[in-house]
Parts: sequence; C-alpha cells; structure tokens
Amino acid sequence: MTTVLIAKDSGAKSVGADAVAAAFEAAGLDVIRTGSRGLYWLEPMAEIDGVVYGPLTPEDASGVLESGAKRIGPLADIPEFAMQNRMLFKRVGAMDPTDVEAYRASGGEAGLNAALAISPDDVIQAIADSGLRGRGGAGFPTGIKWRTVADTPDQQKYIVCNADEGDSGTFADRMLMEGDPYLLLEGLAIAGYAVGASKGFIYLRSEYPDAAETLANAIANAPFLDADLAGGFRFSIELRMGAGAYICGEETALLESLEGKRGLSRAKPPLPAHAGAFGQPTVVNNVLTLAAAPIILAEGAEAHQAMGTGRSRGTMPFQLAGNIKQGGLVEAPFGITLRQLVEDFGGGTRSGRPVRAVQVGGPLGAYFPESLLDTPMDYEAFAAAGGMLGHGGVVVFDDTVDLAAQARFAFAFCAHESCGKCTPCRIGAQRGVETVDKITSGENVDANFTVLDDLLEVMRDGSLCALGGLTPTPVESALKWFKQDFDKGASQ
Amino acid sequence: MTILKEIDYGTPAPKTEETVTLMIDGQEVAAPKGASIMHAAMLAGTEIPKLCATDRLDAWGSCRLCLVEVDGRKGTPSSCTTPVEAGMSVSTDTERLRRLRRGVMELYISDHPLDCLTCAANNDCELQDMAAATGLRDVRYGYEGANHLDAEKDPSNPYFSFDPAKCIVCNRCVRACAEVQGTFALTTLGRGFDSTISAGGPDMDFLGSECVSCGACVDACPTATLIEKPVEAEGLPDRSVVTTCAYCGVGCSFKAELKGDQVLRMTPLKAGGANEGHSCVKGRFAWGYINHPDRITSPMIRDQITDPWREVSWDEAFQFTADRIKSIQAEHGRDAVGSVTSSRCTNEETYLVQKLTRAVFGTNNVDTCARVCHAPTGYGLKTAFGTSAGTQDFKSVADADVILVIGANPTDAHPVFASRMKRRLREGAQLIVADPRKTDIVRSAHVEAAHHLPLRPGSNVALINALAHVIVTEGLVDDAFVAERCDMDSFTHWADFVAEDGNSPEAAEAHTGVSAADVRKAARLYATGGNGAIYYGLGVTEHSQGSTMVMGMANLAMATGNLGRRGVGVNPLRGQNNVQGACDMGSFPHEFPGYRHVSDDAARTLYENLWGVELGNEPGLRIPNMLDGAVSGKFKALYIQGEDIAQSDPNTSHVVAGLKAMECLIVQDLFLNETAHFAHVFLPGSTFLEKDGTFTNAERRINRVRKAVPPVGGLADWEITQGLAQALGYPMNYSHPSEIMAEISQTTPTFAGVTYETLESEGSIQWPCNDAQPQGTPIMHEDGFVRGKGLFMITEFFATSERSTRKFPLLLTTGRILSQYNVSVQTARTPNVAWHDEDVLEVHPHDAEQRGLKDGDLVSLASRAGETTLTARLSERMQPGVVYTTFHHAAGQANVVTTDNSDWATNCPEYKVTAVEVRKTNQESAWQRSYAVMSAENRRIAEPAE
Repeated sequence: MTTVLIAKDSGAKSVGADAVAAAFEAAGLDVIRTGSRGLYWLEPMAEIDGVVYGPLTPEDASGVLESGAKRIGPLADIPEFAMQNRMLFKRVGAMDPTDVEAYRASGGEAGLNAALAISPDDVIQAIADSGLRGRGGAGFPTGIKWRTVADTPDQQKYIVCNADEGDSGTFADRMLMEGDPYLLLEGLAIAGYAVGASKGFIYLRSEYPDAAETLANAIANAPFLDADLAGGFRFSIELRMGAGAYICGEETALLESLEGKRGLSRAKPPLPAHAGAFGQPTVVNNVLTLAAAPIILAEGAEAHQAMGTGRSRGTMPFQLAGNIKQGGLVEAPFGITLRQLVEDFGGGTRSGRPVRAVQVGGPLGAYFPESLLDTPMDYEAFAAAGGMLGHGGVVVFDDTVDLAAQARFAFAFCAHESCGKCTPCRIGAQRGVETVDKITSGENVDANFTVLDDLLEVMRDGSLCALGGLTPTPVESALKWFKQDFDKGASQ
Repeated sequence: MTILKEIDYGTPAPKTEETVTLMIDGQEVAAPKGASIMHAAMLAGTEIPKLCATDRLDAWGSCRLCLVEVDGRKGTPSSCTTPVEAGMSVSTDTERLRRLRRGVMELYISDHPLDCLTCAANNDCELQDMAAATGLRDVRYGYEGANHLDAEKDPSNPYFSFDPAKCIVCNRCVRACAEVQGTFALTTLGRGFDSTISAGGPDMDFLGSECVSCGACVDACPTATLIEKPVEAEGLPDRSVVTTCAYCGVGCSFKAELKGDQVLRMTPLKAGGANEGHSCVKGRFAWGYINHPDRITSPMIRDQITDPWREVSWDEAFQFTADRIKSIQAEHGRDAVGSVTSSRCTNEETYLVQKLTRAVFGTNNVDTCARVCHAPTGYGLKTAFGTSAGTQDFKSVADADVILVIGANPTDAHPVFASRMKRRLREGAQLIVADPRKTDIVRSAHVEAAHHLPLRPGSNVALINALAHVIVTEGLVDDAFVAERCDMDSFTHWADFVAEDGNSPEAAEAHTGVSAADVRKAARLYATGGNGAIYYGLGVTEHSQGSTMVMGMANLAMATGNLGRRGVGVNPLRGQNNVQGACDMGSFPHEFPGYRHVSDDAARTLYENLWGVELGNEPGLRIPNMLDGAVSGKFKALYIQGEDIAQSDPNTSHVVAGLKAMECLIVQDLFLNETAHFAHVFLPGSTFLEKDGTFTNAERRINRVRKAVPPVGGLADWEITQGLAQALGYPMNYSHPSEIMAEISQTTPTFAGVTYETLESEGSIQWPCNDAQPQGTPIMHEDGFVRGKGLFMITEFFATSERSTRKFPLLLTTGRILSQYNVSVQTARTPNVAWHDEDVLEVHPHDAEQRGLKDGDLVSLASRAGETTLTARLSERMQPGVVYTTFHHAAGQANVVTTDNSDWATNCPEYKVTAVEVRKTNQESAWQRSYAVMSAENRRIAEPAE
C-alpha cells in the first residue's frame, strides 16, 4: 500500500489538510500525519516516496497522483527546501510525531544518552562551546545561563520552556512542538541533568491546542521521563497552559503566570537563574534553544559552532510571513541575508508589488527599508542596523504600507498587551497611540513630534521589561526611514 | 502641634548585620548587605523620588520614578529593586534621570483629576509631592485622552472610601493586603491601561468583599484613592499623639491624628514594637465610641436601683460613696467590701484600685477580669517556669518553623498578630491547629494547617497528654535540654505518667474524637520540625482543667526544648489590652504587684511602710466568691472599674442575683453598661484617648498611653479612684500617672527599671526590666528558668462534669468575631455593627436537620443554667454535636446559658463547654423579656431639677 505523508500541523490544517488526509484514507492510501515541512504555500501537501504534491484538495485524492497535475517534484529538488540546512527541523514533516519508536529510530535520545555519559559540567561546557544563544529573542549565551543555575546552590531547581510564542509572524516553536515533540522533551531533560533540576515546565500559549495535545501525548510516552536514568537522574515535565497574554512570553511574567499569579513582569534582579519559578533557581529557555541541545550533544559542539557567522552560531529557523509569496519556515545558518530570505526563499511579495518594509523580530522589531535588506541575519549586525533578530520572524510589507499606521499599531499593540505594572508602558503606550493620531491628523505636528520623542525615551529607558522598552523600536524605525508617512495629515 | 511623619526607607531593612560600602552621588555610604539602593540612599539622607515603594512592602519596581544610573552598567535601573553592591557608584540625580522622572510624572498626571485644591489628600499626597519634586510644569498630552476620571467611587466601607478615579495603580493597596495583612482581598482587574484595583472582582464593593478593614491599604495608598472618611469630611489633621490601642492584648501603637480636639484618624505606628505599622478594624477605625451620645459625662447616684439616676457633682458622688462604704463596713466589717480592677484601664489605674482596696478599704477583696480569662495562664506558667506571662515577643514568630495554635482564633481575636503568623506560614512554617472549630487560620488564602485536630470541647488535657505520649514513647524528647534546664525528678515522674497506655493517642481518641494517627503526626511535627512555638487562647484556659492544660503545654515545650530562644515558647494570646498589666499590678486577691503573695512578709512590710497602713496576710475574695457572698448576705459593696460582669461573667442569673443583693455597687465606665443596671453610683470613666498611663500587652511590653483629648467627665480614671480614696480620708495625691509608675517601679522588682523617661526614649519596654535586664526582656528564660529548673507537672485528664445528656445533648462553645470586641460596650457603638450586629448560633447542618432548623430560624438555646433565644446560622465550621455563639451583644444574653463550672485552681469559668439543647422558637426567652423590661427601667436618668 502506498504511504502518504500529510501534515497535521495546525498551519496545514487551517488550509484543509484534515479533509485532504481523510480523502486519501478513503481512497485506500496509508496516510501518516506528520509535522509540516514548512513550505506553507504548498499546503495542504502530500509527500509520497519523497515526491511532493500540492496544494491539494480532497478531490485530488483520486487520480491526481497519476495525472501529475499537482506534482511539485522530489522534495530534495525543491530549491526553497534544498537550500535549507535542516538541523532542528530534520524530523519535522518526515515522521509521525506521536511515534516514539520512530523518534528513537531516527536518532532520538542520542543527545540525552551522550549527555548522561559525561558530567553535567561537561554538558554545560559543550553547550557553551557550541555558541548556542537563546532563540527567544535576547540571544543570551545558553551555556552561561545554565552555568549560573548550576552554580546556584539549591535543593530544587527548574527548567522552564518558554513556549508562549506570541510574536506576530512566528510559528517555529509551534511547528517543532507539533512536528517533533520528543526533541524538545529531550532538550529539557538534558538541561535538567546539566543544572541539577529534577523538574521541567513547558509554558504553552493557550492558542496552540494542537501543540498541547501533541506535547501531552509525548510527555506521557517519553521513555526518558519519570525514569531512573544514568547516575540516578530522574526528570519529569509538566505542561502548563497560558491564558492568552502576550506579556507571558516575557520570562518573568511567564514565571508569575506559571505560579498561578497574574502575568506581571518582575523586576530583575533577581535573575530567574538565581530565583525563578517559585523562587528557585530556574533555566528559562525558548523551545528552539532547548531543542538544539540534543543535537549539539549528539553531533558535538564543533558541528554547531561550525555553522553561522560572528557570534551567532548554528542555524536559525526563520519564519516568513506577511505579504510574501512563499510563506513558511526556513532553517538556515546565521549569516544568510534578509534579502535572500525575502527574495530567494519567499519569492517576493504576494501582491507582486515592490517590498517597502520588512519587520524582523516580531511586533517590537524594527521596520527595515529596502536599503537594509542586505543585512545578514546575525544578532550583532541587526543591532547595529537598529533592529533585532528576535525569534526570527520576518514580516514583509509592500509599497502600500503606511508606516505611520504601523507605528501607531506598535503603540496600540503595547497598550493592548501591557501587563499594566509599570507606568511608561501602562500609560505611555496609550498616549503613544493618541500622539501619533495627533501627528497624522496634523495637530501641532512639530510639538507632538517632540512629545513623541520624549515618550519614546521614557518608554525605552524607563520601562520595567522589554515590552515597554522595545515598543519604541518599530516606532523609531518608522520615524527614521519612513517619516514622510507621518506628514500626510500635515500636508492635507 | 505637628503630625508625626515616620521616615519611609522605600524598601524593608534586610535582616543582616553585614554592611557594604558604596558611593551614592559621590558620598561614601555604608548600607546593610542586601538593602536596595533606595534604602541605602535614604539612610544617607538622600530621598530618591518614588511612588510604588514603601518600606513596609517588598520592592515592586513599577512607578519608574526611582531610576538611577550606576557606573559601568547599562540603562537606568530602579533603585528600589536593585541591591547595593560593594564599590558600586550610583548617581541619583542626573539630567537624564530628571528628564525620565518628569516624563513619568507627565504620564501619571495625564490620567489624574486636576482637583488638588479640593482633594481630601491635598498636602498629604505622594503624587502631589512627586509632581513637585520632579518639576512637572506641563502635561503635553492634554487631558482629552483615554482616562479613568469617570470611574465610580465606592463608599461602601463605613470607614474609608475608594475613589478609583484618583488611583495610580501602584498596587500598594493590593500588596499591603497580601504582604502585611495576608487576606488577599484586593486584586488588579484587567491589564495595561485598563488595570484597575478591585476588592475581589468586577461589580464587588469593599463592604461585600473579603476585606477585613484592617486599614493596611488605606495606610499604603499614596493618594486620596483610599482615604479615611473623617479626613474626607473634615480635612487633614494638624497634630498627632502617639498612643496605644485599648482593644486586645496585642497592644498596637498608633498615632491619634487630630484637628484641634477632634480625633480624625488613628494610624498605626511603624515604630510600634507590637504591631510595626499594622492594625485591625477595631484599633484603626472603631474609636468613634469616644464621641457617642451614650457617653455618660456626669457622676450619678441613686438610693435604690429602681430609682432613676440623679446627676451630681464629683464631690457629692465621692461623698455619697464614701458614706455608704463606711456605714457598710461599720455594720458588716471591712471584708464586706471589695473591688474589681479593669484590664481595660492603665497599669497606674489598676495599681491604684488595688491600693485603694488593700490600703483604704482595708481588705484583700480585689479581683480582675483575668479571673474569667487567663488566670490559669498565670498559675500554670508560674508553676512551670516561675513567671506568670508568655515567654516570647510577637516578633519571635518570624523564627518559628512549626506553629501550634491551641484554642485560639487569632485572625478574629488577635488579628495583627495573626498577620505576623500568616506571613511566617506563607514563608513555609508548618501549622497545627487544635480547635473544635475550623477557624479561619485552619485554611485561608495561602495558609493551610498541616494538621487540624478538631477535638471535642473539654478534652484539651487528653489531647496534650496524647501529644506528650508520642514524644516520650517515640524518643523525641530533647534530652540535653531537659537534663540541663529542667527538674529531672519531675521530668521522670511526668515521662512515666504520659507514657502510660491510658495517655496514648489511641486511648485519648475516645475523649477527643481526634484520630490517633493525626495526633501522632502532629506530635512528631512539633517535636522534630525545627523551632516549635505554641500560641494559645481562651480555648485553653476557660475549662475546668484550664490550669492543667497550661501546664500540659509547658511540659510539651520543655520536653522538646522549645523554650528560651527566638521562634519557640509558650505564648498566651491575652484578651484585653491590659490584662497582663492588671495581673502584674496586684489585681488578684492573693497577690501584691509583681505576683508576690500577700503572706510574703517582706512584700507586705514594704507596702505597709509605704502606704502607712496595716495589710492583711490572707487572700481576699475572688469575683465568684464576692457574688456568692452577696447572695448569702455577707458581702455588701463592690467598686467595679471598667468591667461589665453582668454580661461577661458566666451564669448571668447568678451574677444578677449577686449584684442585686449589694447595698452599694459602684460602676465606673464609659457607658451605662449592663452591670450599671444594678449600681447605686455611676462614675463616668475616661477612654484611652483621654488620659496618660501605660498598658502592658501579651508580650509583656509596656507601652505608653498618651492623652490626646480631655476626659469628657472631667476626670481620668486614676483621678476618680484617687477622689474616692480622699473622700474615705486616705491621703492619695498623685499629680500625674508617672508618679504612680515611680511607686510601682520602686516597689516591684520586675518593674524596677521602668520609668516614663525610659519609655519616652525607648518607645516601649518588655518586663522584667531591672539592673539585670536594663533594656527589658523580649525573650524569657534564655539562660535558665526564672524559677531555676523547669518543673514538669502531672496533668491527669479528668473529664468535665459538664457533658452532653439526653436533656442537653449538644455542647456549646463560645468565642469572638473580628469586628466586635468582647461585650462590645465600645464596638457596638461604632459602625462595626455593619459586619456583626447580633450574636448568632452556629449549628451544624446535621444537628439542624435533626431539629428541623433552617438557616435564619429563631432558636432557643437552653442549658441547666438558663435559656436565651438567638438566630440560627447553619455552619460546618463545627463538628456535629457542637454549637457555637459569640457573646458580644447584650441582647444575645449568651452567658445566661453558661454555667458556674470553673477551673479547679483559679476559678476561671468553663465558658467553652456547656451542655445545651437547641429548639425552634418564635420568641425571646422569658429571661430576655424580663431583662429587657428591667433594663429600660433601671437605666432611666432623671431630668435635672429646675
């Protein structure tokens, strides 16, 4: 019987993958539901013996394969896939994510076994040597974070996986959790072993019900959890659901929420590494950071260190979204340029109009003009250009975009998502919306630009956490590169 | 004439002796390790702008006014959340910081009413101060943007209002409710700009919420959002007087804040040793009785208790009284007269009443309300340790690891101490509660007892012996402590006794109803869980074996080495503000001040020489004996200062019979209380705000009481006693209570170092205070017990004779509630009645169903002593078979039902166990009806003659 791989990924499902899968099953094919390959413009997509068909409709179940009408070709020959360097995502789309035996057969647990064979200290050293940096956005060296927790004496420590993926235009965490959950669990266990934590939490956003189901299944079936591992190490994982607040992706607000409290940012110090979940030393890492650990341990720190550029090592799963022809996930080593992502992988805008701005790093990332598209995807290069890589989300806008409206949106987003603890964010974001409105409606424009500049300083330097502190970034980039958009009202 | 403002360091002082040195604005500053930069700066006199920070709460870091720059660090961290580090160099006032602070203030004010001039907090508002400090001159956002100015005010709480339009969402109120009070009634709703403070949830007001009106939020609020209603109505106070609360035995220090002679608010004093800035609804708010129209302002006399009262001059009242006493003593002998001192009055006043009794009346017939509460504590602890008082200061609970609460309901009766306890429990200390009822401390927000031992009323001693049995038979005794500190013979004897099978938890179960397994676990936890601290209340003492139980707890603490250091001890939660002091001052018929027996020749000679009279060496009568004597015609006159025995003492009908039989009953009180119905002389007393003196709280802390306003009757209570003494021909001429204290310290070894000067400089002193302990004694028995070796006493359990029968199958136990104080002479005359305006009978649904009772039914509560009618409230806080009521309101007449059973050693009444029956009724009891008629008749005051 022919075996067909069809994604159960929620992105694929949103365009009808379930109905397609049902039709293929009804047609007598052996359907395996997998994660998505991340070629979203081809979803719903089917993969048979390495050959890709898509986008499919249920009607395609009969006859389409023979007809070749929707045949794209061998996966390995699709340039947008072939150009990638799939490390983290190598299993995603290739196997049934609920099948732990398939996971093991494809190299799963090799990283954990390698870790358990060496000392926790050596595990941390391997992570440090690999150059791995936090994939959640801040890019903090993971080895140093783990070392800090390991060196903080306490009976109880925790690993907390930040799976509250809330940045607009990002979905890599979700794809990985839906497509290769055991890899993440293995990463948590390695972190637990390295720092001396017996318990991990995955804090998952409530908007990811499919990921929740997949993770819950994996947690229940992972042979390495709640089991005596080498040296008497035991590790357990608990899945906790968020309640729909962007701010709970900020690590300290996440910890508050995890503890059952309102999701308010905490002041640092203390760092979570010293006093995190329930006041105990805690590693808080993003999904992709933890998922990298098994690969680093299995394949060696050098292999990871060998990829990338400057101080940004390894690969990064970039996510292409917005006004883009070929949206989806691109895992590539750091150093690839923004233009390569937008043009070579993304194929330009979906509207076919020229690219005017690209926002990288979520709603608090900078809007880059066309002239910055050759910036390499590298933490330091982006910072130097006034932006940030963040979680690797790339949102493309064509020449119809109004950047004053986007600046207003940045404030409105902050106002909506602010936890309300600190004054600059709680009141400042609201006043930002109002001030942009005054400017764009031509009211005391010069004076209000001054007010806006002062507000941006208060928010950037005065806010308690990164939400208020980074909201100025998109606004300032809009003012810097697209100031003419703000002058429309004045000229009317 | 100014308001005392205590320094706010912004964040709490760390508990460390270690200091680090840093530079703040170029000045070298030494600060405690772990202190915030803000705290360190304040120590050096630099006040960094702040709004969300206050030193009673943990740092929060939300207002962003306190930003500073630190050399070598990025950004502008908040100084409240950033700890000092050695060598750090901090700038608190740069151009950049000024710009940021002004920007933050501009945001605040863009959503704040511009009504400073008409605002209740004008001139007492931190927001206003910060606007000034940051130099805000212009709000360039305008005032047309989104705002909260139309938010509706919540005036539901009787004492303070909540105006969310003025709120800056600093969360100080929410945090105070959580961190200081531990009730967690307040929260923030919504997020971002929509964040609003709420008492519990949308559409809930303060009065309907779980708020206990402790005032911590009002105190914490930096604006007029939460503000006392009298301040709203009258404006800001212009002077303050530091004094001590006159409600419970916690003894909180307050600032009475006044405008002229009008008290506007009472705010808790951070420097107060007992409360450290916290308060409860009674002390903080329920002081309005001082101005209540029921206050009696003129002395009154009458020939017969059926006559109306006649207002007279002080001289006439004193002369009338003196003549009656003299003629009674001439006819019936000196011992036909006696006194009751007041645990509500000052040490000095209590001392004077016992002096009047012993030296002027010439009898030792003096007793006090401790007779009905903690007399067994005095007896039991003196026997075991040598001192009639608790062993710890309140602060000690912060070092406890296992807290054993027995027969006490601290969240209702000692709320400010309960908040300390709950804080420690939230930090992880374990809790064991032995109580027939599931009191709030058993399970409330972030507090849950590891073990609740719901024993049957009357079985305390069986329980304590069972706990001891486990400790002794499972090898959990602290042998080293016992060997070094205790009397070994008594220990061996006791250990053999408790090890008997009859004292095992399994055997005790038949009496206590508590599972033996739970008792065993609780005993192990207390013995092995680290510092074990016992706190107990009237649920221990008010039993026929009250004194036995106190000794049983002392035994347990000694056996486990839980004495003589911080975090441990045996601690009575004493009821009245000055019940400790009243006992210390010689209020018992057998003891001079300082617990020296009247047969102690040295002590007696001392007083005989000082007072110039001969003193009796035989103990006088206790209150119940005086009442018995009155009924049998031997006892004729009683001077009662500030106690309402007709309502508070058990078996009311017997009390009333005794009072009615007196030929001269002198009542000195604020109001015509229940006892005054039977009085011939009424002397209008003064409130704590109307006089000088001292109170001694449950931790032996002597606190100053300071006169804030003149006494409404013209005389302070000590002056009244003195007037009576003079009318009886005795020279008593103190010009100020400090002179009385001088006499006390001169004659009482444990008070030798106590003077008003020291109290002024130290704030308070915990006795013993003498040459050996010139600074006082926070923790007793540190180097050895006062009596030498700790004495173990045999505590055999004898079941009370008061047991359930076919006729009276239920057991009644009584207690108190947060908002009312004892017989509520004061609190019933305040808006506290909003929370509790009648005593109800709590009945378990099982018992109710058997009797066909519904919630809200009128029920008759009857015992062999009497019968009263109450409203039933179904509640599962008690076990089936046990009913519960409070005794706050005169209409409830709860003590008609209680019996004259009492503690074998001290006569402390067995309030906590009465066999009763409950049945549905449709009317008040015959007693209540006839009492009401009598009450109306006997409280008439004649119109003044033209």
